[in-house]
Amino acid sequence: MGYREKDSVETHNNHAKPIKSAVDKFALLPEFLKVRGLVKQHIDSFNYFINNEIKKIMKTNDRIECPQDPSLYLRYTKISIGKPVEYMEHHAEKLTPNICRLSDRTYASPIEVDIEYTVPNQTNKEYKKGLVIGRIPIMLRSSCCVLSGKDEAELAKLGECPLDPGGYFIIKGNEKVILIQEQLSKNRIIIDTDSKGRVNASVTSSTHETKTKTVFFIDKDKIYLQLNQFSKPISIMIIMKAMGMENDQEVMQMLGRDPKYGFLLFPSMQECRSEKIITQKQALEYLQGKLANLSSLRFEINKDDRVKKILINVFLAHVPVKDGNFRPKCIYTAVMLKRMMDAVLNVETFDDKDYVGNKRLELSGQLVALLFEDLFKTMNSQVASRMSKAYDKASRSTPLYFIHYMMSDTITNGLERAISTGNWDLKRFKMNRKGVSQVLSRLAFIATLGYMTRVSPQFEKTRKVSGPRALQPSQWGMLCPCDTPEGEGCGLTKNLALMTHVTTDEEEGPLIKWCRKLGVVDVEDLSGEELHAPDSFLVMLNGLILGKHTKPQKFANAMRKLRRKSVIGEFVSIFVHERQRCVYVASDGGRVCRPLVIADKGVSRIKEYHMKELRDGVRSFYDFVREGLIEYLDVNEENNALIALYEHEIPKDGHGEDNADVQKSSITHIEIEPFTILGVVAGLIPYPHHNQSPRNTYQCAMGKQAMGNIAYNQLSRADTLLYLLVYPQRPLLTTKTIELVGYDKLGAGQNATVAVMSYSGYDIEDAIVMNKSSLDRGFGRCIALKKQIVVKEIYSNETSDRIVRPQNEPRKQALDADGIAAPGQIVRRHDILVNKQSPRNKKDRITNPMALKDCDYAPSNVSYKGPEGETTVVDRVMLYSDKDNKMCVKFIIRHVRRPEIGDKFSSRHGQKGVIGTIVQQEDFPFSEEGICPDLIMNPHGFPSRMTIGKMIELLGSKAAVSSGRFHYGSAFGEPSGHADKVEDISRTLVKHGFNYSGKDLLYSGISGKPLQAYIFMGPIYYQKLKHMVLDKMHARSFGPRVTLTRQPTEGRARDGGLRLGEMERDCLIAYGASMLIYERLMLSSDPYQVQVCRQCGLLGYYNHKLKTSWCSMCKTGDSMSSLKLPYACKLLFQELQSMNVVPRLKLTEY
Amino acid sequence: MSETASLNMQDIPQGQLPEHIELQRARVFCKADAPVHTEDVEYSGAYAAVGFDNSLQVDDFRRDFRVEIKNLSMDDIEFDMIGIDASLANAFRRILIAEVPTMAIEKVLIVNNTSVMADEILSHRLGLLPIEADPRLFDFLSENDTPNERNTIVFKMEVHCKKRGPRLTVKSDQLKWLPNGSELLMESPNPSTKPRSFTSFSCSQASLPQISGRPIGMKHLDIIITQLGPGQSIELEAHAVKGTGKVHAKWSPVGTTWYRMLPEVKLLKEVRGNDAEKLVKKCPRKVFDVEDVGHAMKKAVVSRPRDCTLCRECISGAGEENIALRRVRDHFIFTVESTGALPAEVLFTEAVKILEEKCERVISELS
Ligand code: SF4
Repeated sequence: MGYREKDSVETHNNHAKPIKSAVDKFALLPEFLKVRGLVKQHIDSFNYFINNEIKKIMKTNDRIECPQDPSLYLRYTKISIGKPVEYMEHHAEKLTPNICRLSDRTYASPIEVDIEYTVPNQTNKEYKKGLVIGRIPIMLRSSCCVLSGKDEAELAKLGECPLDPGGYFIIKGNEKVILIQEQLSKNRIIIDTDSKGRVNASVTSSTHETKTKTVFFIDKDKIYLQLNQFSKPISIMIIMKAMGMENDQEVMQMLGRDPKYGFLLFPSMQECRSEKIITQKQALEYLQGKLANLSSLRFEINKDDRVKKILINVFLAHVPVKDGNFRPKCIYTAVMLKRMMDAVLNVETFDDKDYVGNKRLELSGQLVALLFEDLFKTMNSQVASRMSKAYDKASRSTPLYFIHYMMSDTITNGLERAISTGNWDLKRFKMNRKGVSQVLSRLAFIATLGYMTRVSPQFEKTRKVSGPRALQPSQWGMLCPCDTPEGEGCGLTKNLALMTHVTTDEEEGPLIKWCRKLGVVDVEDLSGEELHAPDSFLVMLNGLILGKHTKPQKFANAMRKLRRKSVIGEFVSIFVHERQRCVYVASDGGRVCRPLVIADKGVSRIKEYHMKELRDGVRSFYDFVREGLIEYLDVNEENNALIALYEHEIPKDGHGEDNADVQKSSITHIEIEPFTILGVVAGLIPYPHHNQSPRNTYQCAMGKQAMGNIAYNQLSRADTLLYLLVYPQRPLLTTKTIELVGYDKLGAGQNATVAVMSYSGYDIEDAIVMNKSSLDRGFGRCIALKKQIVVKEIYSNETSDRIVRPQNEPRKQALDADGIAAPGQIVRRHDILVNKQSPRNKKDRITNPMALKDCDYAPSNVSYKGPEGETTVVDRVMLYSDKDNKMCVKFIIRHVRRPEIGDKFSSRHGQKGVIGTIVQQEDFPFSEEGICPDLIMNPHGFPSRMTIGKMIELLGSKAAVSSGRFHYGSAFGEPSGHADKVEDISRTLVKHGFNYSGKDLLYSGISGKPLQAYIFMGPIYYQKLKHMVLDKMHARSFGPRVTLTRQPTEGRARDGGLRLGEMERDCLIAYGASMLIYERLMLSSDPYQVQVCRQCGLLGYYNHKLKTSWCSMCKTGDSMSSLKLPYACKLLFQELQSMNVVPRLKLTEY
Repeated sequence: MSETASLNMQDIPQGQLPEHIELQRARVFCKADAPVHTEDVEYSGAYAAVGFDNSLQVDDFRRDFRVEIKNLSMDDIEFDMIGIDASLANAFRRILIAEVPTMAIEKVLIVNNTSVMADEILSHRLGLLPIEADPRLFDFLSENDTPNERNTIVFKMEVHCKKRGPRLTVKSDQLKWLPNGSELLMESPNPSTKPRSFTSFSCSQASLPQISGRPIGMKHLDIIITQLGPGQSIELEAHAVKGTGKVHAKWSPVGTTWYRMLPEVKLLKEVRGNDAEKLVKKCPRKVFDVEDVGHAMKKAVVSRPRDCTLCRECISGAGEENIALRRVRDHFIFTVESTGALPAEVLFTEAVKILEEKCERVISELS
């Protein structure tokens, strides 16, 4: 931690000087990450699914009956998920993640159920234990994973990197992450305006059975309900009446005494009256007439019942109706109406959809649960239908065993397909989402971590709205303010901050009990009048009205005390909403929350001895939570808290600074560390608080493209494309986040000595000048590993490819005696990797497929597709059999690259640039110490970018190398000692003989004379980005053409041409370069000679045998002319003709 | 720098520059914000108006040029070159870095490499190892030459890490010199002919009279090349040839070499008492000392100007009025850090020879 140089302390003025009592709480962070981990939210959520949710799903769907005979049934009694295994023929093979990655398998566990079922004509039930109904992909490091609870050595044995966060799935060898999905919270009233500017209140109800949306809106002063099941909006009073509130006065009372509400409701009442609806019966009859047709199929019962069913099951579906008692629903409706009217009367009470407290994050566990539930139900209905078919056919003699109709494919394939394609298409839950899961990026270690914390947006990205994209104040500490992509996803795709935790569902039962004990009066017992009694607050639990309490603050405090005593769950949030006169108690899943230190009247509960115990290892993070020193607050509860950044910032009450706008006594919480408001990726930036904010955002995007080390097991992985740095370094200027996430162990960059000066003119537009000797010595050298897979095909007639020993032929020098290229061999483009032969006859039946002769095979060699002119090496060759039992050969081909002109580099401050020129060392400037920079950066990069952090990084790194101590630059770290102050850094520099401001006298390497300015020079951590010239450079003279249009192909991969597009063409037209246009657009593209009939103007053809042209329309060859036009044009004519449009060419003499 | 009002300027003595111009000619001024007068005046007639001859005369050069060796160890040398132009000093520096040849491993024939380190990277690392072999005894290997005892040094490395043992750190001492040339045989297309090795040495290098006394080897025996895990092994042959740093930094005979101009720290005003103490404290390199001048008065003196690193602490703030930091334009403190093939002082003479050769070439081309 912040070691401070002794001589610097005196000069601090007293403001900045930390009060001695301030406790350094940093040690809590590693401890927190140890328990919670960076991707704990994913793992927690998946564990919750595996351990709890799946049982609930089974319980609600535990019975399958034969439709014809309900006594014939199957019942699930237990469900469990085992360790990941794969069933080969007759034996089970234990799977480890790395085996799956290398051999393209799915890391999945069997789902085992215990069942009991009846057999016809048999009184005893049959039992079966451990029946496998399918395989479920397992999240790495979840409780079912073989990696859970393993230490570093055990992980190494399993071929796994200890720094890998887990939290993803392996499907057919691909690593897939189920991204965190952002959603508007369920079962909560949201007051908003719709596109027509009408005030509307909506609730998305979600229960285990259904998902519905209920919308109230005000149109022309009247309040209506909109529900899918009704064809038209329904006046709200009619609904009230239909639910049994026949008395208008009762409705009024429920809204409260204030006549303002009465005025607002009056038009609706009037309308109801004008429809002549007074009784419940009339209302129900009216509603019947308004039923939408689409639902008529669903309920085949009598009509009256249907309306009631809709009111029970669809309208505000989450509010339960017990024994036909609609009162809770009426009260809920009244509360909704009241909130709506409040919004009309006072604009401030509108809800903000972008407010993080109104959002829920859906995690992989929930998504997989949905998927599983759907598939489980599908499987059950399949079993039932199979059973029923069998029942019809069955003879009396063969007994019907349910177990014979259980198939395991539905669930296995369904889960695998959904996770590997990312399409969550669940008709049952009206869900159709694409891109839910994505391939985990392994480009850089940090990219992997970044993926795990990504929150994908609820809206489509194309919407041009600014509201949801803006930075929300409520994001503080929960979502990273920097890490968001540029472009369409800007502000929508977010990332979790370092300490964010996402809750999982929690039991409501005990909570309700405690609430009642603490004096919450049930609403059922109250009259409408009492509901809004002036001194009482409504108590809402997870969106349901629980009751009323007269002393909300006291109630909230009591509940919080219970939470701090661990009587109720640590993630329960209690939020007193003064304006809405509500106390919200929430225990639902998907809320974001974060830990904070509890302070009593501004005094931190954590004392130095607590921290000492933590350091000594006798106290864990969990103990802090259990003992009520730290608690988790969600976004809503944060509104009831006053959070101080540092303890020593809190002025002494009474005799502190007068201008303090905060009373110390009102402070309730203290941040653990301010830099945790940033996420993992933004945490790499040193001194981000000194940079212009978009620069940090740029770096967040670029840090994910930087090459370095990917994982400890990087060389035993088989990724399609892997870029590694040969000599990655740990940044001289680190941050605390870097150490916490392990970036110091898997760095992605090098500390380059940078001179900020202009040099040679090849450094314009952010280009950098490189020192050739640095490159010779290994700076920026990288390895590109590419994968190529060869499959030994098996054909339908049971013949198969064969791999044979090579003869001494050209391009086969890399092959071994087994016909497969050997590791360590140098291969060039078109060299043969596998000497493979395919049978000539692949379709017809052959009596003995094994005894084909040599002549029956044709060579089908597989050659290496790599860059032209580069020498690459076969790094590894892996043989395995895929799921169809075909033999596969995986080649990993290695290419070591040294930086060349045009390769992209970037510092950690969003300052990217390409190499403009590479200069000999002797031409480079050198300092009086003999230091010669590795690269030269143009100073014009600074004024407009305002990346002061980069300058401080340079100073800090320079101090770090000269003093031999890594320096720190954590965000907002200066007051707490997690970032070295510029003043201290400069002092260190002077102590080691450097200039205070980091500027040295440099001599020109060319003339040998001193440069006319002092040069700002020192080390900066530079990242090499994946964009390299070698992968991009492209030129073509002749080349392939598209068969349809005969124009040159497009794109580098197809050796395509460079398009002269519309805008370029416009330039040429404006310039009048007609011949150039002619040449580019026709001669160099798709010239074609056609025969045109001057009579009919249609295209004819040229008969090469008779050497004449012929018009097949006029049946004559008399008036033919030949003409050159683009083939695409000829194609257009013919396509038009095929559509009965006749283009005729009129030719005139020219 | 003292400036004189134009009216009461003294008469300018002919053949001699006025003091401030002379200072500008001979010194670089290191001001607090930027160095000034960094470029010298090269035109011989620049000061003709005052009758001062600015041309460079060979005789003058001969008379004034001095070399003083300050520090000499096995691989390093620090010496002062006085009375020479920056362009010449720089030429030596550039030649040392890029044009003095050494031997370095250029070709690596890998028989077996099961270590985690890729062949290319292993080779790259081997290439950067300094070899203790006098490059003057060898010829350049040009494209059509066959590698023989006069242009190639062959090393062999065979390391194996025992199974069930600790990891093995492979250091540069594992490279063994093969004075008889390559031991690996080329695959020949014709199996009947006697297979040839990759080099064609006519005799053992150890028997060559120049070499026999000093066996060839690695300069440093403790450079870590790679690490081997249990069961891994490396077997390879490395061929070193002669080359220059221009082509690749591995052939550069120096780790680095550079010069700096001799610092000159001048007290423009007398700094006394407390200020003197402060000044002494300010300087991280202890350039200043205090001297008793009697009457309990203390005065700052410049005692070690050579140590000044130009941190400009002493002239920060108002200090610039009291102190002038300058560099002597024709006095170079030259440092050569040899990588070890040749002693640093020999390297420098080699550089001089190369420059001489170049000059001769120019002269012969011109005539
Ligand atoms: S520049 Fe720095 S080192 Fe040189 S004399 Fe002044 S204080 Fe000392």
